[in-house]
Amino acid sequence: MNVLVYLIPMALGLGLIGLFAFLWALRSGQYSDVDGAAQRVLLDDDLKE
Amino acid sequence: MSETLDLSLYAKPAGDGTLGMELAIDGIACGACIARVEGAVKRVPGVTEARLNFTNRRLHVAWADGAVKPAEILQALEASGYHGHPFIPLRAEQEEAVEARRLMRCLAVAGFATMNIMLLSVSVWSGNVTDITPETRDFFHWASALIALPAAAYAGRPFFASAWRALRSRAVNMDVPISLGVILALAMSLVETANHAEHAYFDSALMLLFFLLVGRTLDHAMRRKTRAVAGNLAALKADTAHRFMGDELVSVPVAVLKPGDRLLVKPGERVPTDGTVLRGNSDIDESIVTGETARRRIGPGNIVYAGCTNYSGALTLQVTAAGGSSLIDEIEKLLDKASGAKSRTVRLADRAARVYAPVVHLTAALTFIGWLMAGASVHDALITAIAVLIITCPCALALAIPAVQVVASGALFRSGVILNAGDAIERLVGIDTVVFDKTGTLTLPEPRVVNAGLLDSDLLQAAARLALSSRHPLAVALSREAMTRTPFEGAVEHPGQGVCAIVDTTEMRLGSPEFCNVVETHESTASVICFRHGNRTAIIAIAQRLRPDAAEVVRSLRERGLDLCILSGDRAESVAPVAKALGIESWQAGLKPADKIARIEDFKATGCRVAMVGDGLNDAPSLAAAHVSLSPISAADLAQAQADAVFLGERLKPLLDAVTVASRARSLMTENLGLAMIYNAIAVPVAIAGAVTPLIAALAMSGSSLLVTLNALRAGGRRR
Repeated sequence: MNVLVYLIPMALGLGLIGLFAFLWALRSGQYSDVDGAAQRVLLDDDLKE
Repeated sequence: MSETLDLSLYAKPAGDGTLGMELAIDGIACGACIARVEGAVKRVPGVTEARLNFTNRRLHVAWADGAVKPAEILQALEASGYHGHPFIPLRAEQEEAVEARRLMRCLAVAGFATMNIMLLSVSVWSGNVTDITPETRDFFHWASALIALPAAAYAGRPFFASAWRALRSRAVNMDVPISLGVILALAMSLVETANHAEHAYFDSALMLLFFLLVGRTLDHAMRRKTRAVAGNLAALKADTAHRFMGDELVSVPVAVLKPGDRLLVKPGERVPTDGTVLRGNSDIDESIVTGETARRRIGPGNIVYAGCTNYSGALTLQVTAAGGSSLIDEIEKLLDKASGAKSRTVRLADRAARVYAPVVHLTAALTFIGWLMAGASVHDALITAIAVLIITCPCALALAIPAVQVVASGALFRSGVILNAGDAIERLVGIDTVVFDKTGTLTLPEPRVVNAGLLDSDLLQAAARLALSSRHPLAVALSREAMTRTPFEGAVEHPGQGVCAIVDTTEMRLGSPEFCNVVETHESTASVICFRHGNRTAIIAIAQRLRPDAAEVVRSLRERGLDLCILSGDRAESVAPVAKALGIESWQAGLKPADKIARIEDFKATGCRVAMVGDGLNDAPSLAAAHVSLSPISAADLAQAQADAVFLGERLKPLLDAVTVASRARSLMTENLGLAMIYNAIAVPVAIAGAVTPLIAALAMSGSSLLVTLNALRAGGRRR
C-alpha cells in the first residue's frame, strides 16, 4: 500500500492544476462573454479583407 | 445639422493616454454582427480597440485621446446600420460582476474538493466492507481533512457571512442551519479521525457546499443577465437634449443637464427633462404624465414634464430643479407614503427557514438527551445528534425555491418580462384584482391611424410614405403604416402646415385641412391629418389605439377569475369606449394620482390582492402601493422604478405569461418544499436511530438535491 503515499498527492496535484486553470480562465475574462466566444470561432477575422 | 454632439461625459481615461467608452448596441441579430460592428468602429482612424460582448450586447471602444471625437464613432456605427447608445455602467452592476466572480471561485474550489474527497471516501466505504487496514483508513481521513478544511473555509464564506449577518440582527435564515451543519460535520469528523473512528463526514460537508453554490451561482447569473438587459434598455431610452451654450446649440446627454440650463425642444421631440417654458408656444401631449390624451396649449411660464411630446412649435425651456413643480412634489409625497405603508411580504424561503431551523435544532437536542437517557455514552449521543444535524442540513430545502426562481425568471425573460424585484414571482401569485391604467398601458404608447380600414390602401400608403419626410408627431404616427422606408424625393416641409412633394407630375400634400384644401368632416376626439393627391383626398384619423392583443389578454385574465378594473387619468369620453371594447365594466376616469391610490387602498381594505399595470408618472404612487405592479417599457422613468416587473414590446401578452409562469412557479415551490420534507421524514428517523453512515448521508443529500432541481426545471414550461 506504500504506493498510495505518492499516488494520492499526484491525484491531488492533477486536480489542483485543473482548479488553477479554471481560476486563471475566470480571471482573464473568458467567462464574461460565453455566447460571443461560440460565435467568434466562426469569424474569418484572421483573413485580410 | 451643424449642431455638435458632446459625449465627453461617457469617455473615461484608461490611464495609458487612451479614452474608453461603453455603448449599448441596438440591432444585433446574429454572430456575423460581431465582425460588422467591430469592423465599422475599428475603421475609424484613431480607434485603438473595439470589442463587442455578444452576451450582453455591449461594445467597449477605446481611442487615443484627441484623435477622434466620440460622436464620430457613433456616426460610423449608424452608417453600418447599428445604433450605439453610450452609457455609464451602474455601480450595482460592477459590484454584481465582482460578486459573480467570487461565487464562481468558491464553486470551483468546492467542486475540486468534493471530487477529491469523494475519491478518498469511496475507497474508505468499499474498504470498510472488505479489508482496509485502520492505518490506511486514517491516512485517507487525514488526507480528506487536509483538503476539506481549507476548501470549506474558502468556499463556505458566502454562507457563513450571511448566517452571521442574520444572527447579529437576531433573525434566522436558511444559511444558519447550513453553516451550523457544515461546521459541526467538519469538527466532528476531525475529532473522529483523531480517534481512529470508522466514519468521517468530510465528503458530506463539501458536497453540501458544492450543491448550494451551484444554486446560488445560477440565481446570481440570472439576475445579472436581467440587470444587463434592463441597463441596455435604459441606455436605449436615454435622450439627448439641445442645450444652449451662449447662442450655440450643443447636443448633450440628459444626464449632464443642470437646473438653470436653457434647452431647445423642437416640434416632434420629447421633452427631455422637467422645465419651465421661457419662449415659444406649442401643444404638448402629456399622456405619459397624466393619462390625458387631449393636447394642452402651453406658453411662456408653463411647466412641462419629461417624456411629454412637443407637437407644434419650438420651445425654449429652463431646466428646473428636481421636485420643482407641484405635480412632482405631490407624486413624491404620495410615493413616500405608499412605499412606507407597503407591508413587506415575507418570502417563502425565509418563512420555511423560520419554521425549519428551530425544529431541526430541537430534534438534534432531543436526540442527544434521548440517547443519554437510553444509556449511551456522551460521545455516542453527541455523534448521533450531530448526524441528525448533518442529515437535516437543508440542502434540498435551500435549493427548492431558488432553483424554481431561476427557471421561472428565465422563462419570463424569454417572453419579454424583466423582473425588478426578486420576490415579484411570489407576489404575482394569489392576486385577484388587476387594475389597469388606460393610456400607454391598454393602448399603445404612441398614437396610430385608427380609420385605416375605411381608406383606400394605395392612398394610405402614399400618405404614409410622404409622412416619412415630416417630423410632426401626427406624421410620425402615420408613417408607421408605411411599407417602405424610402421617402419621396424632393418633399418639402412647410412648418406648421404640412409637407408636399411632386409625384408622377401631380402634387401631393399632407397636412392640415386648410393646407390640403379639404373640408374636415370627421367627428370624433381623434386628431385629423389630411392628404391630397390630385383630385383624390383622404382624411386620416389618428388616435390612441388598443394594444393589438389587449382584448384577448383581458378575456384570458377574466377566464382565470381575476377582477379587472380601469383607473384612468383621462376624460370619461375617452375611457368609456376602451372599457366597452374590452368588456371591462368597472372603470373610472379623470382620477388624480391621489384618487388612484385611494381606490387601490379601497381594494386592499376589502381583502383584495391588487396587481397594478400602469405607465404614467401619475401611476407611480399606485404602482408602489399595489401588491405587485408591472409597467410597459415605454413607461415614465419614475413609474418604471416602482414597478416589480417591466414588460417589452407592443403586446400585452407578457402580462398573461407573467401570471401563468408565476402560478406554475409557486406550485412548484410548494411541491419542492414538500419533496424536501418527505426526504427529511425518511432520513431523520434513520439518523435519530444512529444508523446514518457517510455513504447514506452522501446518497440522500445528492439524491434529494437532484430531485428538487429536476422538478424545478418544469417551471419553464414546454418550449415552443
